[in-house]
Amino acid sequence: MIEALQDLGHQIEAKRPDCVLSWDIAHGELNIDVKPANIAGLVEFLRVDSACRFSTLVDITAVDYPERTKRFDVVYHLLSMYQNHRIRLRVAVREEDMVPSIVDVHPSANWFEREVFDMFGILFTGHPDLRRLLTDYGFRGHPLRKDFPTTGYTEVRYDEAQKRVVYEPVKLVQEYRQFDFMSPWEGADYILPGDEKEGAK
Amino acid sequence: MMDGSKGFDDAQTGEQKIRNFNINFGPQHPAAHGVLRLVLELDGEIVERCDPHIGLLHRGTEKLMESRTYLQNLPYFDRLDYVAPMNQEHAWCLAIEKLTGVEVPRRAQLIRVLYSEIGRILNHLLNVTTQAMDVGALTPPLWGFEEREKLMIFYERACGARLHAAYFRPGGVHQDLPDELLDDIDLWAMEFPKVMDDIDGLLTENRIFKQRNCDIGVVTEDDIQKYGFSGVMVRGSGLAWDLRRAQPYECYDEFEFQIPVGKNGDCYDRYLVRMEEMRQSLSIIRQAIAKLREATGDVMARGKISPPKRSDMKTSMESLIHHFKLYTEGFHVPEGEVYAAVEAPKGEFGVYLVADGTNKPYRAKLRAPGFLHLQAMDYVAKGHQLADVAAIIGTMDIVFGEIDR
Repeated sequence: MIEALQDLGHQIEAKRPDCVLSWDIAHGELNIDVKPANIAGLVEFLRVDSACRFSTLVDITAVDYPERTKRFDVVYHLLSMYQNHRIRLRVAVREEDMVPSIVDVHPSANWFEREVFDMFGILFTGHPDLRRLLTDYGFRGHPLRKDFPTTGYTEVRYDEAQKRVVYEPVKLVQEYRQFDFMSPWEGADYILPGDEKEGAK
Repeated sequence: MMDGSKGFDDAQTGEQKIRNFNINFGPQHPAAHGVLRLVLELDGEIVERCDPHIGLLHRGTEKLMESRTYLQNLPYFDRLDYVAPMNQEHAWCLAIEKLTGVEVPRRAQLIRVLYSEIGRILNHLLNVTTQAMDVGALTPPLWGFEEREKLMIFYERACGARLHAAYFRPGGVHQDLPDELLDDIDLWAMEFPKVMDDIDGLLTENRIFKQRNCDIGVVTEDDIQKYGFSGVMVRGSGLAWDLRRAQPYECYDEFEFQIPVGKNGDCYDRYLVRMEEMRQSLSIIRQAIAKLREATGDVMARGKISPPKRSDMKTSMESLIHHFKLYTEGFHVPEGEVYAAVEAPKGEFGVYLVADGTNKPYRAKLRAPGFLHLQAMDYVAKGHQLADVAAIIGTMDIVFGEIDR
């Protein structure tokens, strides 16, 4: 299984050296880092190449790493029902970057890209209809970014006097509970009271 | 153009310009299977365009999961596809076990298979019978739900909850099954084929049912690849693709079962596939029970990610500390990213888990099969009658818990 994936990795790298930045196998899964500009071409290649035949798009999603300059990883999962193997493509993009849409290659990418746009605010060039998908009509912000609070900014309720649903800023009776379970002796990033002179370990 | 914005030029054509009609289907429609809002553009009774508006049941599960421990996240999976809860939990447990490298004991594996298959029957019973209701039959859901009730009692007897089970845990299952429960499931498995035959008799050769389902929503092999279908949507069109067979997880490779496939890829074939899958699941259930009677042993891989035995906690201080830490801080999962998928009743349900070495997932993406099926609604429903839309929604097996997440 692992050898087959290794062969596949070598093959893809040899055939499309311009697209593949690096590749590795972890937990029995093949990961390939791809240049943003080349993603559509590589996905098309993976779909038609007889050794790959990754004809099913399983998933597109993103991961937010706010501390990196290339803040987002856009992650593509592909499956081949014919060769019975899977692959993961990762594209690192900056916040202002646009990613080429792969809707022309896989029509099923349509909603996935809309969802990624909705949740992370990543724009896809060439997408036919990049509307929000899961959030409310007229929603602001991108909820799955790490700097978006879990509680959100607005809450809705039905107003009896106005006879309609009204949007209001979130009012919390108590702070959203985030417990720090790290032991104060190992791994905590706060300074224990009375331990100020020592500083954070 | 066709929306009447140009006004009517009756004088030129001699007849009224006919404009397409837009209707809103749902979100409060019994055939919408939840909170689906379809904006349908109709030409007479023919669907020209179908734009599903989803997200009305969006609860932000993926965001919530980032601020909870791995174990606290488990119950969210019951609330995705609430028709077959344990199959979702399974994917989450597999993802964690893949990252931590935990080997699940054999008895726990068998219990997982047993309950996954019960989940499959739960799902298909609901789907087949309510799809029949969407096309005009009233009796099947009444009969089907009676059996579902019995199965949910098996859920309850295993874990204490009829629906939101939280029974599969990373490293095994929460508690062992008593022998009487196995006997009762076995007894039920003997009686169930008769109920299947009854439903079969109601629907399979029913003239109205066939008229409403044959040649409706035909899906070809090419469509499957283009729209990323999985599960019954694939098998109904003749592709024998089943993750239980193709990429076996747990101990599915030691079970004997057939993968039923359809021929025409229409709603009727998918109905037949679901019926046969229930029979196959029944056979797996029986095999699992036979194996469970021999495989005695622990149901949890005792270690860092699972609680200690109750008896140990009474005597050992370390166990007590471990128990306390496990249920407050939770266990830590090593850094890495994995994708774990199971053959859920609706198709491939996957979890993409990015762990950063702490007690909470850095990012978890839930890949729901229904999401892709509903996405293809515009393509599949185009050119069908308005009444067929209900049949197609039914056959796609759409549950909003998993689509909106």
